[in-house]
Amino acid sequence: MSDIRYLARFSWTERALHWVHASAFFVLLGSGLVLYVPSLSEFVSRRPLVKSVHIYTAVAWLAALVLIVLVADRRALSRTLRELDLFDDDDRQWLLGKRAPQGRFNAGQKLNFWLTAAFAVLFAVSGFLLWYGERDTRFRFASTILLHDGLMYAALVLLVGHLYLALIYPRTRHALRGITLGTVREGWAREHHPKWVEEQSAQDPDRARPTTTIR
Amino acid sequence: MSIDERQRDDLRPYGRRTFLAVVAGGLTSLWWGKPVWDRLAPALRPAADLLPSQVRQIVPSGWRIYTVAATMPVFNRRTWRLTIDGLVERPLNLSYEQLLALPRAEQVSDFHCVTGWSVKHVRWAGVRFADLLRAARPLPQAKALAFVSAERPYVDSLTLEEAYLKDAMLAYEMDGKPLSRPHGAPARVVIPEMYGYKNVKWVERISVAKAPLDGYWEVRGYDRDAWVGHSNGRV
Repeated sequence: MSDIRYLARFSWTERALHWVHASAFFVLLGSGLVLYVPSLSEFVSRRPLVKSVHIYTAVAWLAALVLIVLVADRRALSRTLRELDLFDDDDRQWLLGKRAPQGRFNAGQKLNFWLTAAFAVLFAVSGFLLWYGERDTRFRFASTILLHDGLMYAALVLLVGHLYLALIYPRTRHALRGITLGTVREGWAREHHPKWVEEQSAQDPDRARPTTTIR
Repeated sequence: MSIDERQRDDLRPYGRRTFLAVVAGGLTSLWWGKPVWDRLAPALRPAADLLPSQVRQIVPSGWRIYTVAATMPVFNRRTWRLTIDGLVERPLNLSYEQLLALPRAEQVSDFHCVTGWSVKHVRWAGVRFADLLRAARPLPQAKALAFVSAERPYVDSLTLEEAYLKDAMLAYEMDGKPLSRPHGAPARVVIPEMYGYKNVKWVERISVAKAPLDGYWEVRGYDRDAWVGHSNGRV
């Protein structure tokens, strides 16, 4: 029986953005594969329905992301964005494969965020062009579908890595608790994100506010 | 964090740089993507051939299968009939064998889908529309053909002028084999100058008319003008 302390790692807004993006991604991936892979298209058929699901999910996904940002604490969000943007010496060491102490996001997570965000923009633009190009062929470019498909493969690679670290790899999968419940074990945080733990307790003991549970 | 951020000189905005670089690379690929891919693809082919055939079958090699109904029509060689009616002197009901007995035409042409993909050098065999309609004898006021697919409610039409283009046909073979079910067995329209939605699959009736009608996709917002343009994949 021990006293486990938890630290608040992700805000409501951050978690909502993550899960909106994640759930939309799975629906878009599933419906997109049915539209894309010939054997799946044959098996499922009902192409107009699947296509509508794909397109309306994309619209709902973008709308939900915008909506969350509009109602959220945007100052806190831009602080998070800044954290994600800036890489320090430790991050560079970490990217070179050396063990260096990390902040709330490690350098890999930062990169994953920006790649995912860039893919989202490109998916949206190429998806819009595919949809609109059907109606006005001046917007039908030979490379649009190549970009959309290529993004899918790239995003799939990121997703597989992300899922492995979040669900399977024993040392990192505790992070899943952070993105679902918001909090992580202090001991785990000290091991994986020591600079974040220090910053919190040093700067703003109030924000650190460890939640205590007895087990 | 912001207090000591200003005193630190090791912070670099790699995040936004990554973002901007990837977005810029992706957007410009709308111009360079296809030419680069066309050069890379042959070089990658030997590597792709190493993949197990199941994997290769899954990854699309060009064709994508588009349908509008819940299931694809099933072709029965004995009961299948092609009806030719409308503004003709003699309406026809052709069996599959009768269709194959008509003068055979062959061609190699590219196929362009309006949704963005293309397949190059497809080998088709079939019947030119002039040969197909000869026995039915279209009336003088006949100006268009409506193609009714066994896949309800798909229809589309061509003017006679378009249908008589030298590489338009009703195809029953693709790449040396009888047309497969996903490609519209046993017969489909092939008109390479126009986007795929004009290339009606599973054709079971050709109705000769005074004017073209709006097809399945034209009713749903597609352009009546389905000519493949120079800006969009033809080159």
